[in-house]
Amino acid sequence: MTLTERKAEPGTGGASSEPRKATAKSRMRVRRAVLFTVLGALLVVAALVAAGTGQLGVAPDEVLGSIMNRLGITLWPMPSHPNGDSALWTIRFPRVALAILVGAALAAAGMIMQAIFGNPLAEPGVVGVSSGAALGASAAIVFGANFLGDWSIAVAAFGAGLLATLLVYGVSRANGKTEVVTLVLTGIAVNAFAGAGLALFMFLADTQSREAIVFWQLGSLNGARWPDVFVVLPVVAVGVTAALLLSRRYDLLSLGEKSARHLGVNVEALRIGSIVLVALLTGAAVAFCGIIAFVGLVIPHLMRMIIGPAHLPLLIASTLGGALLLVSADLVARTAVPMADLPIGMLTSLIGGPFFFWLLRRTRKRAGGWG
Amino acid sequence: MSGAGTAPALRVSAAGVEIDGTRILTDVSFSAHAGEVVALIGPNGAGKSTLLSVVTGDQASTGSVEIAGRALGDWSLKELGRRRAVLLQQTGVFFPFTVREVVEMGRAPWQGTPRDLDDDRVVEESIELTEMTRFRDRAVPSLSGGERARASLARILAQETGILLLDEPTAALDLRHQEDVLRISRDRARAGDCVVVVLHDLSLAAAYADRIVLIDGGSVVADGPPDAVLTAPLLSHVYELPVEVMRHPVTGTAIVLPLRAAPDAVGAPAPTVSASVPPRETA
Repeated sequence: MTLTERKAEPGTGGASSEPRKATAKSRMRVRRAVLFTVLGALLVVAALVAAGTGQLGVAPDEVLGSIMNRLGITLWPMPSHPNGDSALWTIRFPRVALAILVGAALAAAGMIMQAIFGNPLAEPGVVGVSSGAALGASAAIVFGANFLGDWSIAVAAFGAGLLATLLVYGVSRANGKTEVVTLVLTGIAVNAFAGAGLALFMFLADTQSREAIVFWQLGSLNGARWPDVFVVLPVVAVGVTAALLLSRRYDLLSLGEKSARHLGVNVEALRIGSIVLVALLTGAAVAFCGIIAFVGLVIPHLMRMIIGPAHLPLLIASTLGGALLLVSADLVARTAVPMADLPIGMLTSLIGGPFFFWLLRRTRKRAGGWG
Repeated sequence: MSGAGTAPALRVSAAGVEIDGTRILTDVSFSAHAGEVVALIGPNGAGKSTLLSVVTGDQASTGSVEIAGRALGDWSLKELGRRRAVLLQQTGVFFPFTVREVVEMGRAPWQGTPRDLDDDRVVEESIELTEMTRFRDRAVPSLSGGERARASLARILAQETGILLLDEPTAALDLRHQEDVLRISRDRARAGDCVVVVLHDLSLAAAYADRIVLIDGGSVVADGPPDAVLTAPLLSHVYELPVEVMRHPVTGTAIVLPLRAAPDAVGAPAPTVSASVPPRETA
């Protein structure tokens, strides 16, 4: 190869630039390591505190003791309250575990969507994938579908979510990317349609099903059970692992579809695979917790601001950050009002709505119009 | 390192493209060999970029395209990524990747091969060659159009392919960087690579190309060394504008200029009047 003839740029080329390059690269590496560590530590602390907080209070070290005791390690004290241990294992732990999984799933789904849409505003809630999945789930409830046992509602949510994703993807893209206006307007249309469907199902449903559907629309982790966790866990594990394997290709896709193809990426396969991943992750989250919007928008965006857009570290940080956000938000939802369980979807939208607006304005300003 | 045996690095035979009932290319044949810079020139809408996208595989066509003697469809995307690099006119990046990260993406096809180990050296050399060193840690979307184009050029240089396909690489660049891009292209060709470049500046094509393919109305109208293709009658006909072809007094390369009316009024400030301005009414 012929990159031999060099033209030293005055003052910047040659040897003087070598240490600078090293520091810039290693600085980013340190930054990523710090972020992962901080997020990981905060997640552990938040999970212990969340599990111990509620009508029956358990100190964080006793929560740790309860977990470790089951693993045969007795370094920490067991819960002092006689019902503490069983309250933790039957009510709190499944709820915290589900919050972690769903937060990770939503953040990962958001990041994948942004990568394949080439647009930082893409998110399952905003573009209507979540409400599509909720429509599928509520159909399963109303018609009493039980074809796959515990998995029935999840599968219905996944199927409808997949349809919604395909629809949005097919309608809103032009020349390999999605303009902001198109994306938002498509989201309005899909959300309106899914809203109408939900309204119809509520009209048709009996009182019990109607309550279940309202719960979907608001989003809540109330009543999380271990079987739910064991349905969501494999789906999230598979989805996030697959996204990790694809992350380098998402980087290349940022160059545009054609350039990515010229670098050896099978863009069509990547797109279809990613749409299935988004539907899987969103469907799993929505099936048990309803519509929890904006997690997939806020978290990847914040993480990108801290560690840059490279998708492998971004995905790791986003899953950790999404889990942390949802565990914390659920803690607030459970404890902000005494004796009441606020819908968590309301909380995330309360923060996410203004954030989305800010992002929209900033994107608009930067693009010099509604680009 | 490019070209297998005697087969040309790339060959297009009887290519035809029709989009929505409009013929874009008709029966186009041309080939490019290792060691040469081939310039594709022609008026707007002649089909230059379409022809290039036929070669890259982005545009389906009738006829056949061969890379190093093998039909385009028989190559895997990854193999192609190691064999030919493409610089498109659109050089944006959707997310704020730094210049260095973007150039590193050019190494993607070599991932998992022994040449993977060379990544850092190749990336640094490509950045230096395109004079992007001081922008290395800047986010690409924050750069000017010309700087973005150079970052993309650095990326495809880092791809280390024997074939380079460049679609108007000089469009966003200033005078010096235009020269740099073509000098780099010629150096690569001298070292055995094959470079196909779409150009609008005919004098640039004359100075740097070993061969020029002139395209008009979707067909090749001339294919040969610059002196044979860049003639006043041919260019005047194709561009529908009277042009003159002069020789540089020192190098002897062709310089192509439109025939412009001499400033008419005595003592008028000559450079401010362009030939397209209708004659002023004189009192």
